[in-house]
Amino acid sequence: MLLRKNVHRLLATTFNNRAILSVRTLCTNKEENVKDKYDIIIAGGGMVGCTLACALGKNSLMSHLKILLLEGSPNQNYQLKPEYSNRVVALNQNTKSLMSSLKIWRHVEKARLQPIRYMQVWDACSDALILFNSSDILDDDIAYVVENDLLLHAVNTELTSSKIRNVQIVYGAKISDYRLSKDDGKIATHNIVKMTNGDVYACDLLIGADGANSAVRKAMGVQYLSWNYDQMGIVATLHLAEESENVTAWQRWLPTGPIALLPLDNSRSSLVWSMWQDDAKRLLKLTEEEFVDAINDALWKQYPRSKGVEACMSWMSSWLKRAGLPDGASRQLPPSVRSIAVGSRAAFPLGFGHSVRYIAPGVALVGDAAHRVHPLAGQGVNLGFGDVKDLTEFLSDAIYTGYEITHHSWLEKYESSRQRHNVPTQIAVDALHRLYTIDLPPVVLARSLGLQLTNALYPIKKLIMSHATT
Amino acid sequence: MAQIRKLMKNHWLKNVIDTPVLSKSITSANAAKTENSTIKEDEIKMFSNQNEDWWNLNGPAKALHSMNAIRVPLIRDGLVQCPYEDRTPTPLKDKKILDVGCGGGILSEALAKIGAEVTGIDASRNLIDIAQEHCQENIKLINKPKYVCTTVEEHLNDHNEYYDGVVASEVIEHVANKELFIKSCVGVLKPGGRIFFTTPNRTRATQILGICISEYVLNIVPKGTHHYDMLVTPNEMSFLLERNNCHVELIYGLFYNFLQNRWSFVNSQMLLFAIQAQKLE
Repeated sequence: MLLRKNVHRLLATTFNNRAILSVRTLCTNKEENVKDKYDIIIAGGGMVGCTLACALGKNSLMSHLKILLLEGSPNQNYQLKPEYSNRVVALNQNTKSLMSSLKIWRHVEKARLQPIRYMQVWDACSDALILFNSSDILDDDIAYVVENDLLLHAVNTELTSSKIRNVQIVYGAKISDYRLSKDDGKIATHNIVKMTNGDVYACDLLIGADGANSAVRKAMGVQYLSWNYDQMGIVATLHLAEESENVTAWQRWLPTGPIALLPLDNSRSSLVWSMWQDDAKRLLKLTEEEFVDAINDALWKQYPRSKGVEACMSWMSSWLKRAGLPDGASRQLPPSVRSIAVGSRAAFPLGFGHSVRYIAPGVALVGDAAHRVHPLAGQGVNLGFGDVKDLTEFLSDAIYTGYEITHHSWLEKYESSRQRHNVPTQIAVDALHRLYTIDLPPVVLARSLGLQLTNALYPIKKLIMSHATT
Repeated sequence: MAQIRKLMKNHWLKNVIDTPVLSKSITSANAAKTENSTIKEDEIKMFSNQNEDWWNLNGPAKALHSMNAIRVPLIRDGLVQCPYEDRTPTPLKDKKILDVGCGGGILSEALAKIGAEVTGIDASRNLIDIAQEHCQENIKLINKPKYVCTTVEEHLNDHNEYYDGVVASEVIEHVANKELFIKSCVGVLKPGGRIFFTTPNRTRATQILGICISEYVLNIVPKGTHHYDMLVTPNEMSFLLERNNCHVELIYGLFYNFLQNRWSFVNSQMLLFAIQAQKLE
């Protein structure tokens, strides 16, 4: 009995010594010259990664932690140009409240942003339409259109301000390899991040914010469910034919994919047009005038319609009218496009991605590294900011309760709370994409009736809005 | 083998067949005179023998380790209310807490980690040694708890109205004289201080699920940990606390999901419950 206990004690001390030793060997081993040891390393300094660094840096509970942000591109000076950038995001209320709490929003407001107060979505293959009006649903704007680089600049302004002292940033960081910690319950090792220039960093918690092709996710070796849509998204900055109070987001479902116009200011909008790859290649080759004609066609052209669908739709709207519900007849006309900003046309591939696990021992994924969606509902980056908010909350809760930030039960809480929100959203967006790329009359009829009915029934509409804004 | 079977049979019989003597120690006025100690020798012996693996996260005390995730917040928020932006990693700084029946120090270390000045007491010398040893070996724990091998009634002699908080988590069900126990626990508490208990409820559900199934079938809890007739109900607890000049602030039900090793607060107090009370001025 006594002997057993002594052996136990001996073992316990050797384990401890080994833990200390392993840190030492890391420092002395020439091959792995650990330059610095951090509590948290964030790989990827995009919008989501930088916002996370900012949120962690500002949290009073994490002021004692050393945080490192690794960004692959060099530090660029940002200047607000008179012409809008062609890459914009629509930020929902949830993202706005996160940005406001981090005091980032004021920088965006000071520069420029455009609220979306109305949203009209309609089908090219029928008369079906849905109209969202911010005032009778949220008492607030539906979303805000902000340029990617402006938002990133606003986050960086706050991140590098004197209020955040514990976050270090390495720009132009090229990561060559990750060696993730192995948690066998006894000796917790560190995550090792190796750089191409020979630097080696160690950390307790590694956060992968490195986009859809996440190297952190690959190092985790988790199952990643993904497919390509064989579609491209074409973006451009549009000059509208007429000046107006431009606060409406327009989206028309063409048989080839949705075309959407997001308001930028009174005379400009941003285009996001998803279509099959072959069509996209053809459109990219057109001259700018021809491209403008193609956009106007896409917004205005009458597509061939099925008689049966037409008849059912008019029958439905007459019933809706009789019941005193909105029948979708009061549609607004979309703007027409005069020209596009020179050289603003660009295309990017569209895909779906879902990482089955968001976490591993001492590792967590946020943003596009964990999930990727079709841009048709403007949800992608908002899901990423939702990750930031939840992860910050769970990590600070862990510290407030006296746990390590890498403790699995808090990381698991993060994973399940985010997957519970993200996966249904991703599935809904994917289903919409599939539903609207079919032009068989029965399918067109079903979706048109569905859309019409959703438009008429206020509670359903409100439900959709509240999911999309949180 | 035969011995084990015999032992098991005895436990079964004892736990299942014994009619609950409606907590003798609570109702009987003679109890305090006949047993003027909270110690029950066979309980101490039982715990002292199962201690080799006390700090193994997947060992016999697995459920106690994961229980920290809810009892630490309960105690923290009971003692300190702090605005969201002003939270610090050591919310319990400068709070003196007594962990009665600290065992191997699982809860004591967790409370010390968030800043509390913890004193852990236990009647088992063996367990106090384990707790002491573990906290010395834990290099990350700077603010170490103090461990003393004693009973709460002895501790009261030189610590009258000394602590800001008193915790007895999963302890009172092993205590002989519950009235003396609660009286002593309240005695060491400053007026205005808070006292916390967690314990299984004395219900048929606990008898079947909490004792028979989890000790003898699923082996979640070591065999012989709980005895049905030693358990107390929330009503009895409230009664004893109110009688000792305490105001019961809240009673939560607790639930343990053994598949996920996760605890949660629930409405039903059928299985386990947590009770928080404030000592009146």
